[in-house]
Amino acid sequence: MKRARIAFEGRVQQAWEDNGRVRLSDGRRLEETEVVWLPPVMPGTILALGLNYADHAAEIASQAPEEPMVFLKGANTLVGHRAFTPRPDDATNMHYECELAIVIGKLARNVARADAYDYIAGYTVANDYAVRNYLEGIYRPNFRIKSRDNCTPIGPWLVDAADIADPMNLRLTTRVNGEITQEGSTREMIFDVPFLIEYFSAFMTLQPGDLILTGTPKGTVNVMPGDEVITEIEGLGALHNTIISRKP
Amino acid sequence: MTSVTLRPGGPLLSGAVYGCLLNVQEELDRLGDAINQAPYHGAPSGPVLYVKTANTQIAAGQPVPIPSDVEQVRVGAALGVVIKDTLTRAGVEQARSAIAGYTLVNDVTVPHDSLFRQPLKQKCRDGFCPIGPGLVDAADLPDPATLTVRAFVNGECRHQWCLDQLVRPVATLLADISDFTSLYPGDLIIVGVSPDAPLAGAGDTVAVEIDGLGRLENRLVSEGEDAR
Repeated sequence: MKRARIAFEGRVQQAWEDNGRVRLSDGRRLEETEVVWLPPVMPGTILALGLNYADHAAEIASQAPEEPMVFLKGANTLVGHRAFTPRPDDATNMHYECELAIVIGKLARNVARADAYDYIAGYTVANDYAVRNYLEGIYRPNFRIKSRDNCTPIGPWLVDAADIADPMNLRLTTRVNGEITQEGSTREMIFDVPFLIEYFSAFMTLQPGDLILTGTPKGTVNVMPGDEVITEIEGLGALHNTIISRKP
Repeated sequence: MTSVTLRPGGPLLSGAVYGCLLNVQEELDRLGDAINQAPYHGAPSGPVLYVKTANTQIAAGQPVPIPSDVEQVRVGAALGVVIKDTLTRAGVEQARSAIAGYTLVNDVTVPHDSLFRQPLKQKCRDGFCPIGPGLVDAADLPDPATLTVRAFVNGECRHQWCLDQLVRPVATLLADISDFTSLYPGDLIIVGVSPDAPLAGAGDTVAVEIDGLGRLENRLVSEGEDAR
């Protein structure tokens, strides 16, 4: 099942995917452009992986890490499907990052790899934008590059874990203005989903709704105001976003 | 003084808890020229935030579990600022008027030297962020820069520092953060932690005090013995 949080007719409500349309709880079916899409989850904690695909690690001139390279983000950065993301006027390289996002389903502490999938509620698509020229050397990557307002589109749907037979074999594709610019597969992750649940839960309690953004493969390119960026993951959906300029 | 009890995750404290690195002058003085060397390559151009995640947040009086791989922690005595109105690219005066009030925070941290990567294993352990006991109305503390922060271990004051040592004073800090990260009602910002924060371990009772904000006391216990 694919669930969404939307705003329609003056209130926030749950909705479901139904043959390419959006079904409300009263049974009405709408086109996806008729509703306002919100992030499908409201996480307490947002964990994100850097350099978790070897080809992307090579692309941005870093060595592949021996331990997960992790950073945290704030809720300020999340926006839903079909939202707008501002590109600062002084950005010289702002790029998208198509990522599999794990949504935690129950309290997780000291979870073994073998049991990890029991703790996952579902999956969604995240686009973890970065303003690369803002990168600095303290608590890298810091909030100024990675937790900017509206710079992490997420959605459209929260897809039940049970519907995804093998989350470690999903195709990721990014299109900018219709052209494919990024392609990869979740099977190329350095630290896979069960490893990450074990790793995090060994030192912190993960809570229902917490998000883990699992990193992005090669193919991150600069985007400009007006560009439409679609990050898509096989079985999860296509997350649309449009770049706008940041007003002074 | 108007003070109401704070409960992490409760209505007054429903949002994020952010800390700020390098906002105490002594932190910069200690780093000296190292900040210009690898891997840092220069002072940051804006506030550097970290997150005290939801699993870290506990109330006054609750035990802090010390994991078996941790010998000692720093008692990061600090002022916490709670937000009441959304701040996005705000000016200093707007930021000042968006402060709901103040509370005490103990930013419990495993000692570490490198500031290159975000310190999750050092700062995001369960129970590593006692907050409280109450929220004191902003109107009752018009000038937080005059306040002294004290850190106690087993009843003895081991360190104190004055909030006039902040690199960015409270309202300036909030305004500068809001340039890239909006702050929302119920968010809490830890304005800075001294590099001289004292050490403590399991079995110790630690406390934070600021005049007018009361006392935030918690016991450090070996993880597994805390009967959570």
